[in-house]
Amino acid sequence: MMPAVTVMDLSKSFGSVEALKDINFEVREGELFGFIGPDGAGKTTLFRILTTLLKPDKGVAKVGEYDIIRDYKKIRSSVGYMPGKFSLYQDLTVEENLKFFATVFGTTIEKNYDLIKDIYVLLEPFKKRKAGKLSGGMKQKLALSCALIHRPDILFLDEPTTGVDPVSRNEFWDMLAKLINVGITILVSTPYMDEASRCDRIALIQKGRLLDIDTLQGITAKYDKSLFAVKSGNTGKLMNDMKNFKYSETVFSFGDSVHYTDKRENFEPSGLEKYLLENGHTDVVINKITAGIEDCFMSLMGSENE
Amino acid sequence: MSNNFVISAENLTKRFGTFTAVDSISFNVNKGEIFGFLGANGAGKTTAMRMLCGLSIPTSGKASVAGFDVYKQTENIKKNIGYMSQKFSLYEDLTVFENIRFYGGIYGLNADMINEKTESLLELLKMKEAKKKLIKSLPLGWKQKLAFSVAILHEPKIVFLDEPTGGVDPVTRRQFWEMIYNASAAGVTVFVTTHYMDEAEYCTRVSMMVDGRIASLDTPHNLKNIYGVSTMHDVFVKLARPGQ
Repeated sequence: MMPAVTVMDLSKSFGSVEALKDINFEVREGELFGFIGPDGAGKTTLFRILTTLLKPDKGVAKVGEYDIIRDYKKIRSSVGYMPGKFSLYQDLTVEENLKFFATVFGTTIEKNYDLIKDIYVLLEPFKKRKAGKLSGGMKQKLALSCALIHRPDILFLDEPTTGVDPVSRNEFWDMLAKLINVGITILVSTPYMDEASRCDRIALIQKGRLLDIDTLQGITAKYDKSLFAVKSGNTGKLMNDMKNFKYSETVFSFGDSVHYTDKRENFEPSGLEKYLLENGHTDVVINKITAGIEDCFMSLMGSENE
Repeated sequence: MSNNFVISAENLTKRFGTFTAVDSISFNVNKGEIFGFLGANGAGKTTAMRMLCGLSIPTSGKASVAGFDVYKQTENIKKNIGYMSQKFSLYEDLTVFENIRFYGGIYGLNADMINEKTESLLELLKMKEAKKKLIKSLPLGWKQKLAFSVAILHEPKIVFLDEPTGGVDPVTRRQFWEMIYNASAAGVTVFVTTHYMDEAEYCTRVSMMVDGRIASLDTPHNLKNIYGVSTMHDVFVKLARPGQ
């Protein structure tokens, strides 16, 4: 089966800023593929290149069988793109926007209604409202409907959940899961690490480079240090005391606990517990844990910076 | 209102036509507290914050911020608070030096104060070498530090942080919270919104807004106990979607 997206040695600079540096990856047909990384990592530049809105400096990229330079017109009619910035017509109503996008792609709302039905029913009560007057969540649903209305093979969603609360984010991912079920391939970018669990595979991206590409389980399984979660009755003081512990390697706060790795090979938690008790901590709990996506990202970031 | 609260709100309400965006909220924020202001999109957080920052006059109810009334003393409020958001903080096309001086001027510091503050801030942030660099050329972590420092340049009693860590990498996000802790320890009150639920754990107290009301307000520890869950994420889900 031909990959849905193929990218080889792709680079793009803006002046002295290397936005993308020698990027390589493939996305399989029907896959929900996530790019996870902070602002400025290169996610938007990558999506703009793949949707033929920007030319790379070097490298090759294909969407399906089409080359992004030679066959850009064919790509444009076969992909859907939801930019990070809300880009619909604010002065047109919900219905007018949808009709406009359907017409541009030579189709009608009626013809593809089954595809957007689940999302659009939530918008229908507001179909006479101007897009600019919609709430954030409604704008997001309309933008997704417009990106889908020509029944694309591949959907590019650039940070669709940024600034969205955790519950609404979850609902958005439920919608994407339904689209995967009807055979659409989805490339999605996000700064929220926890959304990795909703993707088939993810690429961790930072400063224009891919740190790793794998399933979530594959990435977390590669974390090779012994990781411990430490709690005490005095969380505020815990961070500092642990940083001052002479064998501490990494110390990161994680909600109400602190994630810790030790410099020594044969670390025994009892030594750390003793140290914390001596420093006035009570209710000290130290548990060995498996790394999550944020632990992995920070570990990979660290090795990249060296 | 004479009390020790940095923010004090009583039945604070804002209506737009027939829509009640903020529905009679009452709460107090203590000096030096890190107050987490959470809620789903559209719950009324932004409207409430705009009233507290003196940018929007309430429909009814009472509130004072840094000792000033939200109806009559909005200009005093603006001078006595700091504000920072991820979307808008520093001017990308100005240098580090120019940004500090610009904000000093905006906050009404005199020339001597601006000079003094600029020097001490560059020293504190170890940015003396970088003072002539454009903001857009700086790493994100530096920008964040500078943006926060500039927001409290005029030594406000309270600083409002509106999603300060949105889109920030996990290391920088944690460094930013260390700055919040330090400011709070130095007596600055911090009023912060976030969509990262692990950050809710770092707050002294957290308020959860649902449909214009404060549905719950307590320490993270107590909130988790009350709702019988182990994370703030689960507290959020229980409150924001009570049916599920």
